Amino acid sequence: MNAVIDERADQIDPGHEGSIREAISDYRDKIRGGDLGSLPAILGLIAIVIIFGVMQGKTFLSAANFANLLTQSSMVMVLAMGLVFVLLLGEIDLSAGFAAGTCAAVLGVTLTMKGWPWYLAMVAALVTGALIGLLIGVLVARLGIPSFVVTLAMFLALQGLMLLIIGEGGTIRVSADTGGPILGIENNNMTIIGGWILFLVVVGGYALTTGLRLRKRLSQGLTTQAPSVWLLKVIGLAVIYGLFTWFLSQERSQRPDVTSIMGVPYIVPLIIVLLVFLTLVLGRTAFGRHIYAVGGNTEAARRAGISVQGIKIACFVICSTMAGVAGILFASRDNSVSPSTGGSTTLLYAVAAAVIGGTSLFGGRGRVLDAVLGGLVVAVIGNGLPLITQQAGIQFIVTGLVLLVAASVDALSRRRSASSGRA
Amino acid sequence: MTDPASHSSPGAPLLSLRGVNKSFGAVQVLRDVDLDVYLGQVTALVGDNGAGKSTLIKGVAGIHAFDGGEFLFEGHPVKVTGPKQANDLGIEVVYQDLALCDNLDVVHNMFLGREMKRGITLDETTMEQRARETLSGLSVRTLKSVRQTVASLSGGQRQTVAIARAVLWNSKLVILDEPTAALGVAQTEQVLALVRRLADKGLAVILISHNMNDVFQVADNIAALYLGQMAAQVKAADVSHGQVVELITAGRSGDLGIQKAVVTA
Repeated sequence: MNAVIDERADQIDPGHEGSIREAISDYRDKIRGGDLGSLPAILGLIAIVIIFGVMQGKTFLSAANFANLLTQSSMVMVLAMGLVFVLLLGEIDLSAGFAAGTCAAVLGVTLTMKGWPWYLAMVAALVTGALIGLLIGVLVARLGIPSFVVTLAMFLALQGLMLLIIGEGGTIRVSADTGGPILGIENNNMTIIGGWILFLVVVGGYALTTGLRLRKRLSQGLTTQAPSVWLLKVIGLAVIYGLFTWFLSQERSQRPDVTSIMGVPYIVPLIIVLLVFLTLVLGRTAFGRHIYAVGGNTEAARRAGISVQGIKIACFVICSTMAGVAGILFASRDNSVSPSTGGSTTLLYAVAAAVIGGTSLFGGRGRVLDAVLGGLVVAVIGNGLPLITQQAGIQFIVTGLVLLVAASVDALSRRRSASSGRA
Repeated sequence: MTDPASHSSPGAPLLSLRGVNKSFGAVQVLRDVDLDVYLGQVTALVGDNGAGKSTLIKGVAGIHAFDGGEFLFEGHPVKVTGPKQANDLGIEVVYQDLALCDNLDVVHNMFLGREMKRGITLDETTMEQRARETLSGLSVRTLKSVRQTVASLSGGQRQTVAIARAVLWNSKLVILDEPTAALGVAQTEQVLALVRRLADKGLAVILISHNMNDVFQVADNIAALYLGQMAAQVKAADVSHGQVVELITAGRSGDLGIQKAVVTA
């Protein structure tokens, strides 16, 4: 569509299939109009991979490092997925990092000291997350305290709660005999065959669902993208995800004769399941639509009969529950829970991931996929920089700058969209 | 006071208010107000700032209930205590600030809060088709696509979307609060034509406006409020510009309007 609206346009666009050229020009108009979407994240990702590849190619571009990077980034990605829901409302959750830590602590204590089976301990961790979210949501939505203040208070309070649960100075080890399959989430890999089956499921699932929707819209005579554009997207996904799977199917052990390490890490299907599920919730349900409405114009949503308080509470519950998932991943990756789990830069990296991916800090614009793309950018920086410089100071500064750049892009694109009349 | 029922009118009124009162604390905002609204007609509600137009409309829309008086809809007394009940009766309000979400597209806005679903997922195809049908039923030709975001629309197009949303639900009475206040000349014409089409399609329309040109262009009936009282409800064809202005500013014009009964008695 043209960014400039033709007042004399004869009639509402009759159903037609666009062409590839039209799709490209639509996209260009969208970018010009200030709706950058995930473009900065993708370009940034390509740029930093090239920079690190040139400077430290041998280590950085190895299959072992790539798998490592995926597991490293998973906690931030999962946290960011939850944060997208809160950011969509124009709110913030500063306590998500320590919510993850608290949930991990609950998991650790129930597993080791209480001797609960792993699945009950996981449920306990997730319920803890949901309860934290409920408390934050009620305080923000019912009492009307700014989320910044509520979650800043929770940021401190949850740190204390963690210490009390774990016991002063202690660290809870999650071992193979107590943790069960929990340890495997971050540390084990699928078989090569399993990785390729996942490839077929992902690409086939995408092609089938989008293809069926395309056919339905065509048969109803509604405007839709061209089948050629759809085919290009499917092929694109197949090539990229195929390369991804192939790369992870390589031997990445230092001593292949002793142990063999290959295959797609289990964390990948978990991230994909969360991504697909939450994307469907946001994009295909009335609940998701109402989240965008509350973030876009709260008063309009209220007048349309949407329970604004209910939506807000639900989003904080989702955010903290996802923090619970991240907490389980922390316990799995570290094989232990300590008072610093989920602390330090975790939360800022997660917020940065969502914003870098293209989710607006002002509410109303964002996708779950942003969390994954932005999470990859943050992880690549965190993984590549130490290979170049050992100075922690520089690493902090660079990551801080990246967040600033992402927030500036967000603010500028918002200003640009206001002047060109796009949200 | 002119008896509204004495006008030759198409059948019984859809909405009748009789002796409606409303106070906020010690301030009485509406005093024994009568109003009749007919299907197929545009009833203009005029009055100076503070005359009680908004309060009257909010009472009809169920935002805050009247204190006393009769509220007849389709001849039956009804009690409207919430916006939901008003919607169920077929009453829709298009507010001055439109209440659209800029980040959502036209279809999403038209169905906001009342999405059609198939199972638990949204039924986008049906919603898009119904939105299209409604817009073309109103002969709206100014929208390029129903899938563009509202942020990319002009003021007139936004007004159009807001009105289309109001008629999407088989509504019987559409209340428009200053629909042309922020529009340019060409867009005002488009919106007024749309308001006329609504009435010609058989809906009852209440149009709040400060602009006498707009009122005389589309209204069949004019109801003038003066300091919380209904000065007069007259046929637009029976009065002149000047008379309506007098009704708004002084509450009376010749033998129309509130007679100084208290003084003469």
